[in-house]
Amino acid sequence: MATASAPKPPAFDLAAALKEAGLTAFVMLALAAGIVAFHIVDVPGGLAIETRFGTAIAVAALGFFGRLGVILLRTARPLPVLVVALAAAAVWIAALLAESLFGPDWAARLQMTLPFDDVVVNWIVALTALGFALRALWMLRNAGASAEEIVDRDAAMDSVAARVARSSRYIGPVLLVAAVVFPLLIFMPETAWLPSVDRRLLDIGILVVTYIMLGWGLNIVVGLAGLLDLGYVAFYAVGAYSYALLATHFNLGFWICLPFAGMMAAMAGMLLGFPVLRLRGDYLAIVTLGFGEMIRVVLLNWYKFTNGPDGISGIPRPTFFGLPFSRTADDGGETFYSFFGLPYSPTDRVIFLYYVILALALLTNLFTLRIRKLPVGRAWEALREDEIACRSLGINPRNTKLTAFSIGAMFAGFAGSFFATRQGFISPESFTFIESAVILAIVVLGGFGSQIGIVLAAILLIGLPEFFRELQQYRMLAFGAAMVLIMLWRPRGLLAFREPTIRLHHGVSPPAQTVAAARPDEVA
Amino acid sequence: MEYFVQQLINGLTLGAIYGLIAIGYTMVYGIIGMINFAHGEVFMIGAFISLICVMVLGMFGLTWVPLALLVTLIVTMALTAVYGWTLERIAYRPLRGSPRLAALITAIGMSIFLQNYVQLLQGARVKPLQPLISGGFEIMRREGFVVSLSYLQLFIWILTLVLMTIFTLIITRTALGRAQRACEQDMGMASLLGINVDRTISLTFVMGAALAAVAGLIFLINYGVIDFYIGFLAGIKAFTAAVLGGIGSLPGAMLGGLLIGLIEAFWSGYFTVEYKDVASFSILVLVLIFRPTGLLGKPDIEKV
Repeated sequence: MATASAPKPPAFDLAAALKEAGLTAFVMLALAAGIVAFHIVDVPGGLAIETRFGTAIAVAALGFFGRLGVILLRTARPLPVLVVALAAAAVWIAALLAESLFGPDWAARLQMTLPFDDVVVNWIVALTALGFALRALWMLRNAGASAEEIVDRDAAMDSVAARVARSSRYIGPVLLVAAVVFPLLIFMPETAWLPSVDRRLLDIGILVVTYIMLGWGLNIVVGLAGLLDLGYVAFYAVGAYSYALLATHFNLGFWICLPFAGMMAAMAGMLLGFPVLRLRGDYLAIVTLGFGEMIRVVLLNWYKFTNGPDGISGIPRPTFFGLPFSRTADDGGETFYSFFGLPYSPTDRVIFLYYVILALALLTNLFTLRIRKLPVGRAWEALREDEIACRSLGINPRNTKLTAFSIGAMFAGFAGSFFATRQGFISPESFTFIESAVILAIVVLGGFGSQIGIVLAAILLIGLPEFFRELQQYRMLAFGAAMVLIMLWRPRGLLAFREPTIRLHHGVSPPAQTVAAARPDEVA
Repeated sequence: MEYFVQQLINGLTLGAIYGLIAIGYTMVYGIIGMINFAHGEVFMIGAFISLICVMVLGMFGLTWVPLALLVTLIVTMALTAVYGWTLERIAYRPLRGSPRLAALITAIGMSIFLQNYVQLLQGARVKPLQPLISGGFEIMRREGFVVSLSYLQLFIWILTLVLMTIFTLIITRTALGRAQRACEQDMGMASLLGINVDRTISLTFVMGAALAAVAGLIFLINYGVIDFYIGFLAGIKAFTAAVLGGIGSLPGAMLGGLLIGLIEAFWSGYFTVEYKDVASFSILVLVLIFRPTGLLGKPDIEKV
C-alpha cells in the first residue's frame, strides 16, 4: 500500500541532523568506553589491562555517519548517502580483499587503514555500508517514494504470509519431497547442477529437522494454547534421560523406549503444569523457566541416578526392525548389511537417523494439523483468545491447558530420546536455558501457529549458522542480534497469518478481510 | 546460634544484590508490563565496567580505597545507565504496542547478544579481583567459631540503604517519580496530561540499569570473581525476588531480594549448596500458587 499522503519529502535541517548524529556518536562512545576501550587480559599472577581507544573512537565515528545516513535517507536525500556509502564500502572491501587483489605489499598498507583488527567486524562494516548504498540507490530509482513506513512493510509481509498460507497445500508437499529426497543426494555423483551432499550436510539436516520437530511441539503449547513456556527443554531432557537410563540399565531398544520416553515427558509436563497453569502470561513464562533450570540442576547433582555432569555415554543406536547399523552385530546376530546383503557404509546409519527424525517430525505436524480440528484443539485456540469467555462457555481451562502442556511435552520427549540415541552421549550441558530460548525463538519468529513459518525459522536460525562454523565465536552474537532484528522488522513473526476459521460476511472483499484477520492477536 | 547469625549476615549481603537488581525488574514491569529479560546482563555489564574502572584507577596510582570506590561507583552507574537506555531505545521502544511476546523475544535476544558481546570483547575466562576492603568486626566468638561482620559487608549494607533512600525519595518526591507513577497507572492518560511518556520510560530503564550497576559492583567486590555468565542466574533470582515481593512494588522488590538472599544463605548453610537454586525457584512457584500478587503487591483486577 503506497502512502498517498506526504508527497513532499520532509525538510532537512542540518543543525538538527548533526545534533542527532552527534548524540548517537556520544552514546556509542559511552557504550564503548567501558567494555570496548579496555580489555582485561590474563597475565601470570593476575590481570592486566590493555587499551583499544582506536576501536572505541571508530565505533563512535561509525555511529555518527550511520545515523547521518539514516537521517538523510529518511528525509529523501539519497544522493550523498549513495556516494559516501559506496566509497566507504569500496575502500573497505578493497582493503579486505587486498591480499588477492594487489598482493601482500599493498595489503599490509591498506589494512593499516582499517579501524578494527577483526576481519569479521570489518566485513560487517563493509556490508552495512553496501546496504546503505543499495538502499539509497533504490530510493533514487523510485524517486519521490520516501522511506517505507512500518505499516506498509507489515502489510506487504502480511500479503506474502497470506499467499504462503494459501499455497501451503502446494508448498507443503514440495518441502516434504525435498526433505525425503535430500539424504539420497549423497549417493548422487557430483554434478554441475546439484550441490554435493556430504556427511556434514546430512548432520546439519538432522539438526534442523530436530529443531523443526521441537518447534512444532512447542507450537502446540505456545502457538495453539497460548501458554508461554520458557522451560521446554526440561521435557526434552526428561525424554533424553528416560531413554538413556532405560537403555543403559535395562538394555531396552530405542523403539520400545520411544513411547515410554514420550509418556515420561508428558507426565513431567502434567506434574509441572498442574500447579502453575492457572498463572497468566509472563508469570507462567518465568515459572516454566524456573522449572527448566530446576530439572537441569537436579540432573547435574543427582549423581547416583544421572551420573551428574559426567553424563551418560554408550547409549545404543536405533535399529532397523531389530537390525543394527554396525559392521558386526555384538551378539553375533544379523546386521542391516548382512541381512540385505549390502556392503557396510557408516553413512547409512546417519541417513537412517535422518529418516527417523523426519518421521517423528511429520508425526508431530500431522498431529497438530488434525487436532486443531478436534474439539480439544478448538478449545486451545479459544482459550488463547479469551479465557474468560471460554470459562463462561463451560470449558475447563485448567484441564484444557494441561492437555496442551503435556502433549507438547510428549513431543519434546520423543525428540529428546532421538537426541540421546543420535548423540550416544548426553549430559546436563545439552539442556540449558539457551535451548529453550532457541526453540521459542523458532516458534515466535516463524509466526505463531504457522507450521511452515517454523520450518523457515528453523532453517534460518539453526541451519544457516551451522555453515558458518568457522565464525564460531560470532555465532551466538549473530543469533541474538538476528532475534532482535527479525522481531523489530516484523513483530508478529515472519509468516504470521491467521486464516479466519469462520467468515461471517461473504461479501467483504478478501484483502480487507485478511488484514483484519491478521491483526495482532495477543498471545500469552 | 553463631552459625545462624553468620548466615544471616551473609544472606543480607546477598539479598542486597538481588534487591538492587530486582528494583530494575519491578519498575520496568510496573510501567510497561514486560519482563526486561536482559536486565541480568545489564548487571553483568555493570560488574565488568566496575572491574575495568578499578583496574584503570589502579593503573593511575589511585589506591586510596574510599575514593577509588566512589569514582568507580559513579563511573559504573553512568556507563551502565547508557546500556540501559540503549537497550530500551533499540529493543523495546519500537515494539511498544506490539504483541507482548515480541518484546519478550527481543529481550531474550538482547540477553544472548550482550552475553556474547562481553565474552567476545573480554574473553570467557573468569576474572578475579583482589579484595579491596579487608578486615571486619568480630561480633561473637564461641568454641572457636567466630562470627564476623566484615567492613566490606557493612559497606555494602550502608551503600544499599543510602541508594534505596535516594531512590525512594526520587519516586515519591520528585516530578519524575510522579510521572513514573502516573505512567504506571495509565499511560494514555498520562500522555494526555502532558507527561513525556517515552522520556519517563527511558529514565526508568536508566535508573534500573544504574541500580543494577551498583549490584554489579557489589557482586565484584564481595565475591571477587566475575565472568560473562553471572547475569543469567542473578537475573532470574532477582526476578524471583521481584515476584516474591509483589511485582510493581518497590519496597516489595527490596524485601523479596532480602528474603531470597536469606533463603539461599540458610539453605546453603543448613542443607545442600547444590540445590540452593532449586530452593529459590520452589519459593517462586509456591508464592505464585498461593499468593500470586506477592507479599506487598496489589491484586490484579481482571477486566472483561
